[in-house]
Amino acid sequence: MARAVTQQRKIINTAAAWGIGLLIFFPILWTILTSFKTEAQAIADPPIFLAFDWTLENYAVVMERSNYMRFLWNSVIIAGGSTLLGILVAVPAAWSMAFVPSKRTKDILLWMLSTKMLPAVGVLYPIYLIFIKLGILDTRTGLVIVLMLMNLPIIVWMLYTYFREIPGEILEAARMDGATLKEEILYVLTPMAVPGIASTLLLNFILAWNEAFWTLNLTAVNAAPLTAFIASYSSPEGLFFAKLSAASTMAIAPILILGWFSQKQLVSGLTFGAVK
Amino acid sequence: MSFKSALCAATAMTLVTAGGALAENLVIATVNNGDMIRMQGLTQDFTDKTGHTVEWVTLEENVLRQRVTTDIAAKGGSFDIMTIGMYETPIWGANGWLVALDDLSEEYDVDDILPAMAGGLSHDGTLYAAPFYGESSMIMYRTDLMEKAGLEMPTSPTWEFIREAAAAMTDRDNDINGICLRGKAGWGEGGAFITAMSNSFGARWFDEDWNAQFDTQPWKDTLEFYAGMMSESGPAGYATNGFNENLSLFQQGKCGMWIDATVAASFVTNPNDSEVADKVGFALAPNTGLGKNANWLWAWALAIPGGTQKEAAAKQFIEWATSKDYIELVAENEGWANVPPGARTSLYENPNYQAVPFAQMTLDSILSADPQNPTVDPVPYVGVQFAAIPEFAGIATEVSQEFSAVYAGQQSVDEALAKAQALTNDAMEAAGYR
Repeated sequence: MARAVTQQRKIINTAAAWGIGLLIFFPILWTILTSFKTEAQAIADPPIFLAFDWTLENYAVVMERSNYMRFLWNSVIIAGGSTLLGILVAVPAAWSMAFVPSKRTKDILLWMLSTKMLPAVGVLYPIYLIFIKLGILDTRTGLVIVLMLMNLPIIVWMLYTYFREIPGEILEAARMDGATLKEEILYVLTPMAVPGIASTLLLNFILAWNEAFWTLNLTAVNAAPLTAFIASYSSPEGLFFAKLSAASTMAIAPILILGWFSQKQLVSGLTFGAVK
Repeated sequence: MSFKSALCAATAMTLVTAGGALAENLVIATVNNGDMIRMQGLTQDFTDKTGHTVEWVTLEENVLRQRVTTDIAAKGGSFDIMTIGMYETPIWGANGWLVALDDLSEEYDVDDILPAMAGGLSHDGTLYAAPFYGESSMIMYRTDLMEKAGLEMPTSPTWEFIREAAAAMTDRDNDINGICLRGKAGWGEGGAFITAMSNSFGARWFDEDWNAQFDTQPWKDTLEFYAGMMSESGPAGYATNGFNENLSLFQQGKCGMWIDATVAASFVTNPNDSEVADKVGFALAPNTGLGKNANWLWAWALAIPGGTQKEAAAKQFIEWATSKDYIELVAENEGWANVPPGARTSLYENPNYQAVPFAQMTLDSILSADPQNPTVDPVPYVGVQFAAIPEFAGIATEVSQEFSAVYAGQQSVDEALAKAQALTNDAMEAAGYR
């Protein structure tokens, strides 16, 4: 009897999980489907789900109008660069907070997080002026720095949480064996926190990939990533939803594929230390 | 090095430098709409004629506005040409942020630009941006539904007639709304519509001393009329409808009338996209008999930010893109219905363009809007559906949010107007106008 109940619950849970998953995925699915419709089919009421004449015309128009590869390459460099730089800065910071905490560590952590609560537009103008002075407006270097700084609080927080799960005694033992600080972080701490670091890397790569305030406001031609590519197909005066959907699908495809292949690492990293 | 070698080297250097100076690469920020995209497709013609190349930064209207405003205010120099509207041009011109377009060639024929457009894109009589295309707003209506209702649309109808016609055309069982109008919050969305409408009711944003006027009867009449008519004959959820939502409804045959940008005429009469393409008529935006119609005036124009190193090439591009020859080029490639409208007088004298069904009404609408005298009573500002002062966009966005809350049934007309009055006066006081 107990077995039957468990089985029934399992089925309900699975169905509920699939239902919620599909609900969350539906907007993305709808965008992908719309990208294969004509503009008239894209706005049809009632909406057409699958029974339409599939066309690749929107993709052809988008490829003809825009240099997709340049936008893609900029996205890869900016998201990848800011994430790697962020990890380099955050690992020592999270180490000190996790293993050598001071009276103010918690306050510092909270303060770091509070910077995320400031509306980005509030500092747009000062940052814009600094970028002009430094000559890094519309450069990938400038965006790598800014996105790294924007995501740093999250990276530090995530790594801090993972590091806290690692017993300090292991690091102490390494120190007793003569390991220097650099060796302790590089050869003892980092390998033990690989799942956490990997998920932090992935999550921040996704955040940087999707970032659409700084990447739109600090770029023009040379460093414009895929967010600018999408923005160029959005229009408040004209129904170009099919083309916008094609551009959106092309912009999210790389990150969707990356997420699909790394979902195991993402889940294991995000649930690292979840069971107490 | 012999004298001959030195001379050769010097000549080569001069040629390289001169070549570099001749062939520039222009970066142009522009908005995503049909006319601008067509221009991008025809840019090769400009390159063939001048040797200059062009790189486009195409952005959604609101993103573009934020992006170019930041850049020009900070003197970022990211763009050689910016696409801006009638709201920005006089303000930026007054600030000295734009290069004056006062030395355009004779061949360009600057006098051919429609006076209303030239006036709205000038400051102190100097043109600071050349109109690429201009628009007003007008009534687009279903001729079949109007006939079925036993009514005939006058060329210049009153609001009372429109309300009556909307009620007669409404057929809820068949999902037909008598009238579709913008209700979405935002100074360029529902805010633009209600401001233009209020002009026809005798309302104004400010008196001559910059005091807000939302506590006056004309504003109350405007808002009550709009909300009343829309609840009788408008679509469900109209409080969140903007241009695109109404375009979609109209194209699917779900609106009897739609009052919006003249540029929409080419969409609703295009049989590829519109189910009612052959049943659309046009009329001037309504009035109340006070001498002002409820139509606005807008232009997307090309301007050169001060400080660009490529001013000469940028002027060449502007002359090319806003010329009579460019209009001919578009007509050759895309047909007369797709040429950028509303900028040049000569276009409306062209018999080929006169054959386009909405051409004359577009011109009449543009000519009936006067940005210098937009209201029944005098005002201290320029602009029909906006006041060309830097503070307006922020204030009008907040005011339109209050109005949208009325449309959504969240507050009364009186409450919204009281809030609009208070917040506008506060903002104007803080900005030093009062």
